[in-house]
Amino acid sequence: MLEACQLCYAFPPQPPLFEDVSLRIEAGEWVGLSGNSGAGKSTLGRLLAGYDEPTAGRIRIEGERFSTKGLRPVQWLPQSPELAVNPRWQVVRVLNEAWEPPEALRRAFGIKSQWLNRPVRTLSGGELQRICVLRALAPGVRYLIADEISTMLDPITQLALWQALKAEAEKRKLGVLVISHDAALLKRLCQRRYHLENARLHAAEHHQLP
Amino acid sequence: MLRIEQLSLALPYYPRFWRRRYATHLDQLSFSVAAGSVHAVVGASGAGKSLLAHTIMGLLPKGAQLGGSCFFKETPLDEPRKRALRGRELALIPQSLSALDPLARSQHQVNWAARRAGLAPASARQTVCQALAHYQLDERARRAYPHELSGGMARRVLTAMAHVTQASLVIADEPTVGLDPAQRGRVLDALAALTRQGKAVMLISHDLRHALNIADRVTVMHEGRCVETADASAFQGTGQTLKSAYARALWQALPDNAFTIDTEYARESHFA
Repeated sequence: MLEACQLCYAFPPQPPLFEDVSLRIEAGEWVGLSGNSGAGKSTLGRLLAGYDEPTAGRIRIEGERFSTKGLRPVQWLPQSPELAVNPRWQVVRVLNEAWEPPEALRRAFGIKSQWLNRPVRTLSGGELQRICVLRALAPGVRYLIADEISTMLDPITQLALWQALKAEAEKRKLGVLVISHDAALLKRLCQRRYHLENARLHAAEHHQLP
Repeated sequence: MLRIEQLSLALPYYPRFWRRRYATHLDQLSFSVAAGSVHAVVGASGAGKSLLAHTIMGLLPKGAQLGGSCFFKETPLDEPRKRALRGRELALIPQSLSALDPLARSQHQVNWAARRAGLAPASARQTVCQALAHYQLDERARRAYPHELSGGMARRVLTAMAHVTQASLVIADEPTVGLDPAQRGRVLDALAALTRQGKAVMLISHDLRHALNIADRVTVMHEGRCVETADASAFQGTGQTLKSAYARALWQALPDNAFTIDTEYARESHFA
């Protein structure tokens, strides 16, 4: 279980972005997070992945702190994949940065083998996003923070990405936090959903998957 | 307003530095945009949507091979005419916010756009004031430099720049990317308002659902081809009135609809 207890975060001198935010994600569970721009969704995601330190509060996995050295058990998938890769590298080097995904998995994510030897900048945003998601699924990763990863995708590509991720997450019991503006998408993907507003986390209405 | 017939585009690339090849990016596109309407062009990234906008505006790199023809107000739109009309009769709201001059305040940029369109200084000033008020850009936003603007405000500055040119065709390239629902609504409302003055708006987007909020007609593009042009009202229910499997699949894949890959399309495209 990934657990955040009473997190506070502030960019001084501004008032705190959020206060007393607690959140848990069980292994294999999908949790949704929505909120307006600037509400602090991405900041909360980055805190959970250990990219930033909270002003107060603590984050634990199975009751323990996680090390920020080596491969992190919580991986943050950012909205703009262009900023998460080295633009001078070849695609295959980016993809194999943490592990070598098997070919079957590459196919499930719709990654074509002719991309592999091309430089990263020749891929479109949607193609690169799939590379980044698969790269983050290394063994040892147990939670994913998906921060608006399908906003720039057309409906079919978006669906294919989520289907591939859902299948893999189910197989490996990955917990996923989906951050999105798209309420309909969150309803489809997550059993439990939260809305970040006025520095607090509110539970969205419960909605069973059809 | 705008009629496109059999438009094809090939751009050169260099597999070795001494060897030139051409890759086809647009393949025999045909559709027309009526005055007073919003015409959405939707499709996946890499379908050639932005290149279509650049082709109409005459902003292609050297060496591009064009086929087919464009007509603007029933007169052929060739390269010299594109040059003469862009910024006056044709306006583009570009996808990238880096199109704003980082060293100029937003009200100056809008003013320059009005002056480029041929307005006299006095009337330009008045038009700019009206446009800035129309897009709800307050005093602080008017005096701000681009890096001080939020994404939504910068979009509205770009829209205001297209507005003051008095263009009769406005092409908006992905105007709502990265905006939250409130800001997205404001930008789309601003575009819809242009059509009420008899202008035509071509809305380029990958976001079918939100494009449908204001679109009258929709052209679906896939890999450089025009798959289907339909009324926006055809996108409802299960999309059974849509002719092409790809357009139906696009509609069915939305989270508020089936959120599944249409089986007919999956068979055609051997989708995994």
